[in-house]
Amino acid sequence: MIQSNNVSLLEVKNLKVHFPVKTGIFSGVHETVKAVDDVSFSIAPGETLGLVGESGCGKTTLGRAIMRLVEPTAGSVFLDGEDITGMRGATLRARRRKFQMIFQDPYGSLNPRMTVEQIVGEALDIHNLVDSSSARKKRIEELLHAVGLDALYAQRYPHEFSGGQRQRIGIARALAVEPKLIICDEPVSALDVSVQAQIINLLSDLQQQRGIAYLFIAHDLAVVEHISQRVMVMYLGKIVEAAEAEKMIREPLHPYTQALISAVPEVNPETKRQRVVLPGDVPSPIHPPEGCPFHPRCPIAADGKCSQEVPALLEKSPGHVAACHFAGKKI
Amino acid sequence: MSLLEIKDLKLDFGRGAEAARAVDGVSITIEAGETVCLVGESGCGKSVTAQSIARLVPVPPANYVGGEIWLNGRDVLKMPIGELREIRGGVVSYVFQEPGAALNPVFRVGNQIKESLKLHKPEKANDAEVIRLLKLVGIPAPESRIRNYPFEMSGGMQQRVMIAMALASEPKLLVADEPTTALDVTIQAQILDLLRDLKNRLGMAILLITHNLGIVGDMADRVAVMYAGQIVELAAAGDLLRRPLHPYTKALMNSVPKLSGNMDRLVTIPGNVPRIGNFPPGCRFAPRCPVARPSCSDAVPELVEVEPKRWVRCPYWNDPIK
Amino acid sequence: MTASATPESIDSPEQLPQWQLFWHRLKRRRIAMVGGVVLVILYAGALLAGFIAPYHFDRVDNQNFFHPPVWPHFSGVHLVVTRYESMPGSFVYQAVPNDTAPVHWFVRGDKYDLFCLIPASIHLFGTGDSKYPIYLLGTDQFGRDVFSRLLYGSQVSLSIGLVGILISFVLGLLIGGISGYFGGWADTLIMRWCELIMSIPTLYLIIALRAVFRPNISSVQIYGMIIIIYSFIRWAGTARIIRGMTLSLRERQYVLAAKSMGQSNLKIILRHILPGTFSYVIIAATLSVPYYILGEVTISYLGVGIQEPSASWGLMLSAAQNTEYMRSFPWLLAPGVAIFITVLAFNFLGDGLRDAADTKS
Repeated sequence: MIQSNNVSLLEVKNLKVHFPVKTGIFSGVHETVKAVDDVSFSIAPGETLGLVGESGCGKTTLGRAIMRLVEPTAGSVFLDGEDITGMRGATLRARRRKFQMIFQDPYGSLNPRMTVEQIVGEALDIHNLVDSSSARKKRIEELLHAVGLDALYAQRYPHEFSGGQRQRIGIARALAVEPKLIICDEPVSALDVSVQAQIINLLSDLQQQRGIAYLFIAHDLAVVEHISQRVMVMYLGKIVEAAEAEKMIREPLHPYTQALISAVPEVNPETKRQRVVLPGDVPSPIHPPEGCPFHPRCPIAADGKCSQEVPALLEKSPGHVAACHFAGKKI
Repeated sequence: MSLLEIKDLKLDFGRGAEAARAVDGVSITIEAGETVCLVGESGCGKSVTAQSIARLVPVPPANYVGGEIWLNGRDVLKMPIGELREIRGGVVSYVFQEPGAALNPVFRVGNQIKESLKLHKPEKANDAEVIRLLKLVGIPAPESRIRNYPFEMSGGMQQRVMIAMALASEPKLLVADEPTTALDVTIQAQILDLLRDLKNRLGMAILLITHNLGIVGDMADRVAVMYAGQIVELAAAGDLLRRPLHPYTKALMNSVPKLSGNMDRLVTIPGNVPRIGNFPPGCRFAPRCPVARPSCSDAVPELVEVEPKRWVRCPYWNDPIK
Repeated sequence: MTASATPESIDSPEQLPQWQLFWHRLKRRRIAMVGGVVLVILYAGALLAGFIAPYHFDRVDNQNFFHPPVWPHFSGVHLVVTRYESMPGSFVYQAVPNDTAPVHWFVRGDKYDLFCLIPASIHLFGTGDSKYPIYLLGTDQFGRDVFSRLLYGSQVSLSIGLVGILISFVLGLLIGGISGYFGGWADTLIMRWCELIMSIPTLYLIIALRAVFRPNISSVQIYGMIIIIYSFIRWAGTARIIRGMTLSLRERQYVLAAKSMGQSNLKIILRHILPGTFSYVIIAATLSVPYYILGEVTISYLGVGIQEPSASWGLMLSAAQNTEYMRSFPWLLAPGVAIFITVLAFNFLGDGLRDAADTKS
């Protein structure tokens, strides 16, 4: 369990999200895509937990399962101590004020036919957060200012804005209900480099001002490390390592984490790392390998143990867990 | 004589009053066997410049209003279409960002590579050569792979197939437009390794377009930084990364989070990248520049060789940033 | 304290909203604009049929069966119309020279109901003298003015299209949207139901139903029945397409965002999903109208639709079936020309709409 010291805001226990793969009406074979396979972690109020992994590892599905946009197959999600896994209808709707999501695609995450004011104000209307139209207008202006946009833009349409500005609008939309937790699903991956920094700073500032916790999902290790206090690494639906951000980068225990770190191209030519290139492809979650999911590509896999036994996620040093029979061995 | 020499290229989109300049006086030279990186954010004109090398940009809506592109001693912009077809593939080949989109989904991979061979090396348009090429790009079990359709392959594999197709005609210059942006980071490492290996083995020159400065550090001999249709800095890769001179390059490097780097607030570049047709007067970076003065908006600064083999388009490059 | 350094500025404040860009592109397509203008004229004619038509659709002129078209001409500065006379026993007419009457504007004539509500008797033009008729398109076998009947008939034929698409598209949007959004067994059930409906042959259904009803139900009731049957079958085809579009639209991230803020499913369908189908819907609806018009024409032509003495284009055409008539009195085919022009205009407009929407990047 990736524990934090405080009372958790979000607690995920043994979460599984499996999708059936239909192979035809008459075929008896039922395969499942084990997108999220027994994941447990917690986030404390006001903290940022980073989640990093490559395509197909299940990080987006995990984020959506917590948001209840996708139904979990097993396991539970606790928010503020309350089990929200089975909630539906009006009860769930009421809880939605506590957690929101921001999305990856600045061009697809805003309804092109709605004005900024309608987009940001939609949540205010659903939850009856303002009681007059002037209060509503004021609140929307506040939200736009909070994300660095001029209140004049409330009447404009999304297509008039740049990618970075659209992400800001998306953030304003998420802030409308004053959530305690925001799940950020690759919020900067689709933005230009110079704009990424603006959005990352904005998210940091909002966290400091409002005490919002983040689950920050991304594939860019440097970005995740920068903004997170703790980081989890995901591979084929499972968490393979988790620790404090800086510690993980300095002393990665899992071979996959080490490979990820060494694969990041280094800007400074002085600090050229010894590059370890993983062979093969990112595997498909329909047919995960036997034993350790990483062993077919792992440079230090031992025959026998790694291909038969699934390593458990164990604490190897305080606050640092890894799922590897040979955790700590350098690749 | 250099392999490629782009001289003062100017390209507009649209005509007359609506003309918007996408490439404004770009000059780049590439020698045989060297790797040059073209770095910039979206809308700076790097892709259009690269595609001009084989005159791939459709005219209209584009039109070339100035400059020359000398490839292997001939001006591409003035070539008749027959000669142009020969150099496409024959001298310069392309690899694009989304391999899934660049491969035809209804044809098997082997046939697509053969098509490329048929155009330039028809005597070698057979399975044996295709298998050789697939081996060259590191695809395991190529004999079975030639019968795969693109959707049966992963993103990394597809990109390798694209590279194989590009290499089939033995080009002297490979233009790779953000070849790894759509790939996972571990696969990106594989592809970059492959490109480096091929360059060493085949002596090919590479023009690599990217927005990732880390890739520049890994791959490039020389690098040109583009902003709003112009080159703002040109230098050897190591020199530029150790000591960037143009304020934009400095700001760009500072705004990217680095592993185990400083955990403080990132230094951001305020404002947005200007869009084509809406470039500010004078120096295009001035509105966002930390060392700009009012005179910067009067005239576009020239690209000047301020140190041996280092060009910068900024008269105040030496001013310290506060 | 604002989070980032400076408030952001928009690069292109001059960019127009989407519908204005669409309108500009549409204006450039001449043929679509021509279609649009023609339709405006036709529908204006239908709306003001009683006023523009010189005679009531029912008015019989026993002296002038199969009268050829007569047009006013200028005599000096006045518009006048010539009287025609026929040989007794035959339907051949000769103009009587110098026997003319002036054409007046806003004359009193047959009574009618403007907009089906307000009784009136002023007509746009006329002679005011029944000895000098203005039969712009001649008369039929009962001596009724074809031009007037054409205008009254257009009320039926043109409105049927509009009412029909309204019903079928509203149904198609709602049902297709619900089906695509919820998926699962509801989707399967609804789609199979749609397929069932689509396989019903509309024409035969109407004929069969007409046989069931009393032979002398009023024209209005027939009109209603035609519309309801056609649109209640057509919605199924639309629903299938909207359902397909919904399947992809519901994966859009802005739909996920609406879900995560707790928006109700119905509002998501109405606010976020269905508006994404509008560009298709407008075009499809425009191109569907001819279907309804031709449907009514077919039914009335076969004698199971609008009945005498009401006017409808299909009914008028059925009277012209006789080849003898077609040869001797070709003006009876005017409704056919009207149908042709209407359908063509709708197609041009629809094509233009589609082109204007397509170039959206």
